[in-house]
Amino acid sequence: MLPVIELAVLAIMVAAPIALNSRPELITLITNIAILSLLAISFDLCWGFSGIMSFGQGLFFGVPGYAIALVGRDLGVSQIWLTLPLALISGLLLAFIVALFLLLGRRPTPIFVALGTLTGSYAAERLVSGWQYVGAGNGLSAIKLLQMGSYEFVEGPAFYSLACVTLLAVYLGARALVRSQLGLVLAGIRQNEERLDYLGYRVQVFKVLVFSIAGMISGLAGALYGYHQGFIGPGNMGPGLSTEAVIYCLLGGSGTLIGPVIGTAVVEILTYELADIDTIRQFWPVFLGLLLLGIILFQPGGILGMAVSTRERIGSYGSRHKRVERRG
Amino acid sequence: MAVLEVIGLTKMFGQLRALDGIDLTVRAGTFHGLIGPNGSGKSTLLKTIAGAHAPTIGTICFDGKDITAALPFARARAGLGLTFQITSIFPELSTYDNVLLALQSRESLPSLLGSRTRRTFNREVMAALDRFRLADRADDLAGELSHGQQQWLEITLALTSRPKLLLLDEPTGGMSPEERRVTGELLRPIRSHCTLVIVEHDIDFIKNLCDHLTVLDQGRVLDEGSVEQIEHSIRVQEVYTSRV
Repeated sequence: MLPVIELAVLAIMVAAPIALNSRPELITLITNIAILSLLAISFDLCWGFSGIMSFGQGLFFGVPGYAIALVGRDLGVSQIWLTLPLALISGLLLAFIVALFLLLGRRPTPIFVALGTLTGSYAAERLVSGWQYVGAGNGLSAIKLLQMGSYEFVEGPAFYSLACVTLLAVYLGARALVRSQLGLVLAGIRQNEERLDYLGYRVQVFKVLVFSIAGMISGLAGALYGYHQGFIGPGNMGPGLSTEAVIYCLLGGSGTLIGPVIGTAVVEILTYELADIDTIRQFWPVFLGLLLLGIILFQPGGILGMAVSTRERIGSYGSRHKRVERRG
Repeated sequence: MAVLEVIGLTKMFGQLRALDGIDLTVRAGTFHGLIGPNGSGKSTLLKTIAGAHAPTIGTICFDGKDITAALPFARARAGLGLTFQITSIFPELSTYDNVLLALQSRESLPSLLGSRTRRTFNREVMAALDRFRLADRADDLAGELSHGQQQWLEITLALTSRPKLLLLDEPTGGMSPEERRVTGELLRPIRSHCTLVIVEHDIDFIKNLCDHLTVLDQGRVLDEGSVEQIEHSIRVQEVYTSRV
């Protein structure tokens, strides 16, 4: 069932800009969905596949977003070949440093990691809110357009295409990772970390690795978001965004990769559709909080949990090959 | 030649002295049983040897090297295998993937990322499952196996990582008599390449399997020797008859 859903989502992504050609505001919406899906996938790699509860993905999203805004403003650089690698590396390094503090202990509890990442995200938000060099509470606006040579990625179908190609590349990369033998180790960490220790795995190394990769993906999302919106602010790295990443993933179905993409689309479309109703807009964060609570209590498998069995979600890492060899 | 030497091992949990100056020598190629009444420190000793608990005082030497301060993964890599009293497998993975996970534990990151050994390990995984009568359940989730089969899977995981010394903590706990008999049969052939230290309450099982016994009581070594010697030990009989 999962491959069918993946293909359906891909088909919708390809058809959407054609169907919505006359409505530029909706092209903006689906571009945002594609970008925020990257953030949701990064959380899924941490929690859904490796059991690392990160409430700080916003931090790894926001800092690279600020980085590309600053190199654009101060150095005049916005070439895709320079700025997107900068975002990837800054997200990777920042996540790596945070992971060294939070994950390298003998066996840090999930609560310790969750609170540590949440605190990091909150501290960063407060820091930039009061730092004039990065625009303080106003953030950095009028970010230079992303360029490839002399071509500029303006908001619209061109930027949507870039976001989709990036999402597809990241998705395929993450899919290959979680289905590899390394993915089997991650599944082992999620299910029984202690047992892996006694099998000879240096579990912390794997956790730091996947956390850093997730940070790198968040960084890429933050950079694309900054270029697309032309703005990056304190709210793009705080607990609010970090929690949204959790909601995207859990609503869609964690541990599936495609679930977070669906969850992002559902939340963002609802936000867009309901934004005009004042009462709802005012209480939207409360609604999202209740939604998260409802998912955890009543539908832990998320939307995809209704269509995909646990067995299929977990998948298999070696049995398929065994059957092939037996038949041979 | 001793594969394991424990010297003056003491483990305190707060004011509780769980192990009190334990000396233990396990010779290579032997099956060594640890017995004793409940709370005598058998499982604590096993877990301390495996690295789950840091000793308060004392030294643990494995294969000629001091491993007292080594982390569990390093002990496992040095050749120390452990099975837990309460079955500790990966219930949401297939039985096959459980064994593959154990088998690939020495692979490098690039090798794991590139899935370079997935096919080459297939034969070893199936052989390991065959050995413990689990081949027919290869595709089933490990959590769906019977309790006895889960215990066999746990032993398979520990053996798959090719340990020089295997520490088994009550492997037949909760098994039927037939499953216990089969477990004994399955363990005997590993003597050729692996030394065994086994904690077990089933004295008949231990007698049939082990060639050397150490009896613990209140965190101390009460007696040790061959099965016959322990059977005739007055001190052991006193402890067992006075507590039962």
